[in-house]
Amino acid sequence: MQSSAVNESQLVIDSHQESGHHGHPDHRMFGVILFLIADSMTFIGFFAAFLIYRAIMPEWPPEGTPELELLVPIINTSILVTSSFVMHKGQVALKNNDIQGLQKWFAITAAMGVAFLAGQGYEYFHAEMGLTTNLFSSCFFAVTGFHGLHVTVGVLLILSVLWRSRTEGHYSSTSHFGVEAAEIYWHFVDVIWLILFVLVYLL
Amino acid sequence: MEQVHPQRKWQDYFSFSTDHKVIGVQYLVTAFFFYFVGGALAEAMRVELSTPDPDFVQPEFYNQLMTMHGSIMLFLWILPAGAAFANYLIPLMIGAEDMAFPRLNAVAFWIIPPGGIFFLSSFFVGAPQAGWTSYPPLSLVSGQWGEEIWILSVLLLGTSSILGAINFVTTILRMRIPDMDIHSMPLFCWSMLATSALILLGTPVLAAALILLSFDLIAGTAFFNPAGGGDPIVYQHMFWFYSHPAVYIMVLPFFGVISEVLPVHARKPIFGYRAIAYSSLAISFLGLIVWAHHMFTSGTPGWLRMFFMATTMIIAVPTGIKVFSWCATLWGGKLNLNSALLFGIGFLSSFLIGGLSGVMVASVPFDIHVHDTYFVVAHFHYVLFGGAVFGLFAAVYHWFPKMSGKMVNETLGRIHFVMTFIGFNLTFLPMHPLGLQGMNRRIALYDPKFQALNELVSIGSYLLALSTFPFIINIVWSVFKGKPAPRNPWRALTLEWQTASPPIIENFEEEPVLWAGPYDYGIDTESIDGDEEVEDMLAEVAGNT
Repeated sequence: MQSSAVNESQLVIDSHQESGHHGHPDHRMFGVILFLIADSMTFIGFFAAFLIYRAIMPEWPPEGTPELELLVPIINTSILVTSSFVMHKGQVALKNNDIQGLQKWFAITAAMGVAFLAGQGYEYFHAEMGLTTNLFSSCFFAVTGFHGLHVTVGVLLILSVLWRSRTEGHYSSTSHFGVEAAEIYWHFVDVIWLILFVLVYLL
Repeated sequence: MEQVHPQRKWQDYFSFSTDHKVIGVQYLVTAFFFYFVGGALAEAMRVELSTPDPDFVQPEFYNQLMTMHGSIMLFLWILPAGAAFANYLIPLMIGAEDMAFPRLNAVAFWIIPPGGIFFLSSFFVGAPQAGWTSYPPLSLVSGQWGEEIWILSVLLLGTSSILGAINFVTTILRMRIPDMDIHSMPLFCWSMLATSALILLGTPVLAAALILLSFDLIAGTAFFNPAGGGDPIVYQHMFWFYSHPAVYIMVLPFFGVISEVLPVHARKPIFGYRAIAYSSLAISFLGLIVWAHHMFTSGTPGWLRMFFMATTMIIAVPTGIKVFSWCATLWGGKLNLNSALLFGIGFLSSFLIGGLSGVMVASVPFDIHVHDTYFVVAHFHYVLFGGAVFGLFAAVYHWFPKMSGKMVNETLGRIHFVMTFIGFNLTFLPMHPLGLQGMNRRIALYDPKFQALNELVSIGSYLLALSTFPFIINIVWSVFKGKPAPRNPWRALTLEWQTASPPIIENFEEEPVLWAGPYDYGIDTESIDGDEEVEDMLAEVAGNT
């Protein structure tokens, strides 16, 4: 009934997918990149709205907005940036067929992601403003929240890679789509954070 | 239906099938279901508008009808109908077995029926009343739950659209048979490439706008609410950044369809292959920088109006290139005036009017005069009905033999065309003078001096409603009792005609041979038997060029 389906989960398992059975080449990374282009447009939409508000409002941030605390976000930024390098070491380890290395570095990355989320939670609870305080606070929570959602998804992706890597031979130096997809997504979330940090905290 | 394919059962069409052909048919049938729903809503509006007073429905309910009609027709009819043909045709046209991501494809489809039913369910809590544009602050004060359902449904349908676009781009760019370079693929693929680029770049911005609108609606923020310090104009910019390209998302696939249908039935090569292909990309690019022409009366500063007026008018250039190329394709051709070509020519004439009135409303002084009048309603119905829907019917008649393995009844098809063409023009042509005289759109009541023309419009819309009956009868009758269709009833050259009708499960018995360009007509094809050897055909082509 579904005979024409390229069973994607089987493709993940099939370590010789590049050479392909039935000549199916692997297009999944191409698809992931298209998805990330689309996803980046969501952030561009948010950032554009933020910049327009900044440009057209007589006072920005509006009067009475508390100063943003910078210490936690700076720590968070360094955690996230470092985690991208840590994660890359995991991918390099896999390319050398070192599954343990992959698991070690990815576990550290996931922990760093959780630390980032914890830091953001701390920041939310100690902010002297709420979602509806004024236009700036609404923007702040909407944009950082939407990014936090992406970090959460990234952590779940990394955990699912870890879960799958327990199966012998699931990932190898020639079969690593899941690892690379999770990594490129994580770098994407990292880059978005850097832009967000400059726009929301520094400008 | 059991006879359609030896290995395919009718149940497949109700399952999570990953076959792009099954998914294409699922899209098409779902889209037609919502077309009839959206059409019924429009007829109710026309009954109300046949008199100046609110005697058929209450004005609030009229607002709901108007909002739901627009949203259903855009998000649940034309968008999925375009995706239907893209799903069905792209792998066949490029000689692939299926789409690049078959399961993702099935997911993209199966978001639509629940999304659509969820959308319709808003009638139970009071459907949204703010029009398909959902401008705040109106959308924030006209019924919270209906509006929230509208937002969530559009987010769902937008997700489906993005997943589809990822599949289309990957399939077109990565899965063509080796002989087919990008300049020998059918023009429909080019138009889907342009469409998908707009979906990928535009839809997420709409999603961002709707998420913020949702916060305003539910959580009490004030992004777009001037009462709380926000700015509704920001919503308009974000909304139109998607929704103007959305017009091209809806019409570009059918530009592609017309480029396929005209050469086959005129027996001539397409005029200006590269001009048509690149003009699709040009429309796609320019489409991203014209959005504020919807906002000439929203306090947009003068220099910005000038910019958007200029870019909008420039879009007429690539569009004009297409229209001239299509006319030149028909010029001197041996026209086979069957239902598919009739709808194709109907597309040309109606879309031309919609395109020209588009240049008129692009002009700032003129737009300020007709903004929010029936002139605008006439304009976009000439683009979306006269363009997209005529193109869609051309596609249905052209590819029905391939999809079902049966021929349609030509007499019924021509009756359908004549009724549609007359009904369509009777409905929408009088809206031009109505708008010029100042009749406002989106309001249930109007000045009694407009009544005569409105009665005419309503009569036209009833004829348009009736015109669907010969179509439905024709399709249902043909599926069950139609004459079996040969492999290539139109003697067409694109690859989908090289396989059985309907195509076998993985499309081709063996990798198809690209023995001619997609539009190399005008060679002596009359004498070529459809089943003759490929080598003989090759010799024929070589001898005539």
